[in-house]
Amino acid sequence: MFKRSILPVLAVLGVIIALWYATCIPMNAAWTIQQLERSGETMTTTEHIVDSWSQERPRLPAPHQVAAELWDTTVMKSVTSKKSLVYHGWITLSATLLGFGIGTTLGVLLAIGIVHSRTMDMSVMPWAIVSQTIPIIAIAPMIIVVLYSVGVQGLLPKAVISAYLSFFPVVVGMVKGLRSPDAMQLDLLRTYSASNAQRLWLLRLPASVPYLFASLKIGVAASLVGAIVGELPTGAVRGLGARLLAGSYYGQTVQIWSALFAAAILAAGLVILVGLIERMTLRKMGERP
Amino acid sequence: MIISAKNLDLTFQTNDGPVHALKDVNLEIEKGEFVSFIGPSGCGKTTFLRCIAGLEQPTGGQISVNGMTPDEARKARAYGYVFQAAGLYPWRTIGGNIKLPLEIMGFSKAEQAERVARVMELVDLSGFEKKFPWQLSGGMQQRASIARALAFDADILLMDEPFGALDEIVRDHLNEQLLALWARTEKTIGFVTHSIPEAVYLSTKIVVMSPRPGRITDVIDSPLPRERPLDIRDSKEFIEIAHRVRDGLRAGHQGDV
Ligand SMILES: Nc1ncnc2c1ncn2[C@@H]1O[C@H](COP(=O)(O)OP(=O)(O)OP(=O)(O)O)[C@@H](O)[C@H]1O
Ligand SMILES: [Mg+2]
Repeated sequence: MFKRSILPVLAVLGVIIALWYATCIPMNAAWTIQQLERSGETMTTTEHIVDSWSQERPRLPAPHQVAAELWDTTVMKSVTSKKSLVYHGWITLSATLLGFGIGTTLGVLLAIGIVHSRTMDMSVMPWAIVSQTIPIIAIAPMIIVVLYSVGVQGLLPKAVISAYLSFFPVVVGMVKGLRSPDAMQLDLLRTYSASNAQRLWLLRLPASVPYLFASLKIGVAASLVGAIVGELPTGAVRGLGARLLAGSYYGQTVQIWSALFAAAILAAGLVILVGLIERMTLRKMGERP
Repeated sequence: MIISAKNLDLTFQTNDGPVHALKDVNLEIEKGEFVSFIGPSGCGKTTFLRCIAGLEQPTGGQISVNGMTPDEARKARAYGYVFQAAGLYPWRTIGGNIKLPLEIMGFSKAEQAERVARVMELVDLSGFEKKFPWQLSGGMQQRASIARALAFDADILLMDEPFGALDEIVRDHLNEQLLALWARTEKTIGFVTHSIPEAVYLSTKIVVMSPRPGRITDVIDSPLPRERPLDIRDSKEFIEIAHRVRDGLRAGHQGDV
């Protein structure tokens, strides 16, 4: 079972890495040729290839360079150092988690409102949809400027952007989940003269749990994107977004790529964590193994 | 008189025009009776049961349950309702499902546990309290849903084709158990079925209905004794009543053709 699931993944990974190395050669060759022309030296093809994988500032860094940088900036640096990706990752992660919490709470509350009130269904849902059609890159600076002008800065503005991205999948999933009980399940509660609150708590909410988790997996990844985007327009010096930005200012492609990978690893970790909590919760709720 | 319907009428307004589901239905049910409703599909059996339960609002006539309107009776928790499908909540254990009405009605924790144990024994499910619904057979799930309807001791039990989805053997067994339970608890039972033998075997009163519009065509008071072993189904009386029910159903059909 383990072998069957891991082998295809490894095969795909191998292909990607091979393609990556291959792409490095034409991408980085131009710079080498320029240097050679200036100095008048020549290189064999093999030397060309090796050179394209070991430049200081390549256009496209080779996988082992990114891996070495990742190793160097995580394991080899103290976590309080400004050079540590763990430090920057934590800054971004804390904004992500706060934003995810706010977004999820807001999403669940909105969904409960939408399911219980026709007015809210008609009025809130269209706006929620419109909100997602505006590119976050356009809104993020405005949110940060507006919040800055009322004296809010630091973690919260990033968390707000992150919440802005994560509430929507939660609203959509929860509305569907809260509406999933069928007429018979609802009638059953009517025969007991159950109150609205009892119907929500004993039927609609438990029935929506599987839908909630599907949304949370999308929401947590969106939250991370939101937190990173929130770090870009501030010229922040801390966080994965700041590392991306600084890397591109100074042409440090290796740094950009390692920050990208750190973000991807973080996102995967968060999604896997949500998946684990989902498994545990659904198992407790009597899911068939 | 525990349930009484007078000139009851119900018309559903649908997109394809009005559907006359019940027309001029008159029926009296005494306390402790076992009343079966039988008739072809669409004759309004479910609709009538739902009217008694206050889940459907009649458009004409009167109906009273325990001397109250069905709505008041529902709020007074006068009846337990068993739906065609067991409809157990998959995220609750069997015990948790049976406890559901007790939680809603605010019974104390101790009383909840005591009642769950009692009704689980009544439907022969002791030992399955901690299992989840998918771990039980269809017949056991249906028994759990009956236990759920019994848990809060309502005087009336309304059952809409509770055994419709089960095979003959399980059904016979559950019918026997249901009769025993009825004898022990002295409840009034309203029972919808499509099966003539089932209706005759269980009931003290058989209500034959016919469709378009849904109405009562015959009400048969059964001369069978309350004590009914399974082999009573081979007796002369049993076969005679079954004939009368079949004739009633046929007469109802002829109007259509
Ligand atoms: N909520 C509703 N809206 C519109 N029409 C309805 C509704 N419920 C029932 N009907 C119609 O009323 C008629 C009686 O339906 P009902 O469900 O009471 O029949 P039934 O005797 O229980 O049939 P079956 O044996 O198939 O369960 C049918 O024609 C049905 O289509
Ligand atoms: Mg029906």
